[in-house]
Amino acid sequence: MLDDLDRRILRHYQVDPAMAMTELADRAATTPAVASRRLARLRDNGVIKGREIIIDWQALGYEVEVSLRITLDKTQPRAFDEFIDAARLVREVIEIQTFLGRVDVRLSVIARDMGHYQTIYRNQILTLPHIAEIEALMHVARIKTAEGLPI
Amino acid sequence: MIELDEIDRHILRALSMDAGQSAGALARDLGLSQPATWRRIKRLTDLGVIKSERLVLDLEKMGLGVTVFLGVKLATKGRISLEDFERAVTAIPEVQTVEHVLGMYDYRLRVVARDISDFERVLRRRIMTLPGAGDVEANVLLSEEKRQGPI
Repeated sequence: MLDDLDRRILRHYQVDPAMAMTELADRAATTPAVASRRLARLRDNGVIKGREIIIDWQALGYEVEVSLRITLDKTQPRAFDEFIDAARLVREVIEIQTFLGRVDVRLSVIARDMGHYQTIYRNQILTLPHIAEIEALMHVARIKTAEGLPI
Repeated sequence: MIELDEIDRHILRALSMDAGQSAGALARDLGLSQPATWRRIKRLTDLGVIKSERLVLDLEKMGLGVTVFLGVKLATKGRISLEDFERAVTAIPEVQTVEHVLGMYDYRLRVVARDISDFERVLRRRIMTLPGAGDVEANVLLSEEKRQGPI
């Protein structure tokens, strides 16, 4: 389990993973040696899985982002697997999530503009297997992005 | 719009899989010098293509076993201020992301909790009491995968 020091370190580290060890140690009220030992242990334990970059798709000309909420035909025993395998082949799909609830799967789809989106939707999304129902939410703005977990 | 060449694409693909790797390792993969690789990364960051870097943590090991997506519809559109709702929802620590969307719901929230009963507490005490919150739909996240996208 994590103790208070682990939590303190993670709380500051998640804000800026590129932070220098001395500064991180300072903020977590410990020494650089202890902080780097703790981080190494958190990595070994798999608490820290790695780092990822966030790409700004708008900067690359992808102006449209749509959340597609999909219900699958569950009379097909392999509906989930076959749907997800096919969805992975659509390059404009940047996220695939599965759920317990009214929605089975959600895809995040990006496109350059509405015309481009329409093409992707007709040719690559509607042709995915075992879709029973599909519903779209268009992104307007991100008000809060995962800045940090309540550690 | 920013045009990427093949080397930029390679860098983005490599970093989106493992942002923690050193410029040295990446340079070897690309057959570039380390300073040249570093300059490329810096340029992509300066142009805003690389928006930020994020720590990937194992939520379960952090004691946050449940992630729920909530679709929230505002109850009395026009009479309540979106700013008030957004300010209040952003302040809830368990709410990781807030997206303003068009469609069946007005907002989409990502909520983390220790377990289902902890989630119920967040839902009842924090979400249901938000100014203007109306219909709420919850879907429990089972799995999630980030895709590379059209790089």
